[in-house]
Amino acid sequence: MSEGEGQGPASSAAGGVGEGAGSDRDAARDPVCGIVAGHGDLAAGLVSAVAQITGRGSLFLPLSNRGLGGEQLEATLREALARTGARLVFTDLPGGSWTIAARRVQRTEPSVVLVTGVSLPMLLDCAFHEDAPVDEAARGAVERGRGAMTVAGGEHGH
Amino acid sequence: MGIELYRIDDRLIHGQVVVGWGQPLDIAFLVLVDDEVAASDWEQELYRMGVPPGMTVNFESVASAAEALPRYRADRRRGILLTADIDTMRRLAEAAEIPAVNLGGIHHRAGRAQRLRYVFLSDEEAEALRALQRRGVTVTAQDVPAARVVPLDEVLAAHGEG
Repeated sequence: MSEGEGQGPASSAAGGVGEGAGSDRDAARDPVCGIVAGHGDLAAGLVSAVAQITGRGSLFLPLSNRGLGGEQLEATLREALARTGARLVFTDLPGGSWTIAARRVQRTEPSVVLVTGVSLPMLLDCAFHEDAPVDEAARGAVERGRGAMTVAGGEHGH
Repeated sequence: MGIELYRIDDRLIHGQVVVGWGQPLDIAFLVLVDDEVAASDWEQELYRMGVPPGMTVNFESVASAAEALPRYRADRRRGILLTADIDTMRRLAEAAEIPAVNLGGIHHRAGRAQRLRYVFLSDEEAEALRALQRRGVTVTAQDVPAARVVPLDEVLAAHGEG
């Protein structure tokens, strides 16, 4: 599990904005409703899954942490927010480097709402409520994400 | 027990540290050494968010860390000491005995050249690491436990392929 893979920001293999699905979005027709920032290819994978299910590939902008240090993560996120106008940020680990970067951004941009522990059900909920106010969309996504977790089978299963 | 790893990582507390190293080494405490963070409640609260249940974090300046290091070394639990940059680790090594330093993540910045996929160094930083080694500190690079340990000489001879 190598978190810092990649060749640095000078390389095409580097992390950053627009990897995978969503990178060729048409902002006027299909605005980004959130940014998904994760380790490795997680964000691109989730955004690709949203596209497959909803038929809309550009609802979320995926960011990877590959090859990025702390300052670069924050700068990359600020740039992505400014460019897309999105106010909602999903990160994977609650204590991960993207979450730390997002909290730093919130210090100067308090309108940004952060949701940690991103999952596909969360993003789908958000995709179907893209016109909701950002804090309402965030709460709805978290509720849907929590509700999507179940355990089935096993010795003590039901 | 005590300090199992003295790590330089510009992301400080993050997934690789608390999960990648924390779980296999059974890490119970972190010591974050940084003069700015040690002076800022807001920064400390930010990094506290990244510490999972069952793990604690202490924030130290270079001066207070040097003083407290014997206590951390005598701890019956396992810990990781973190600095965000080479200069902080260098200053700590000048004030207290550091047996080995792990280069875990020093990323791209203007003036730095790539040595490994997760290590970029300026000429001054490379020299600071050589100076650490001359003091008897073993300097190696390894981002996660499953990765190969790369000796400093190899890091400095590398051009980004590692």
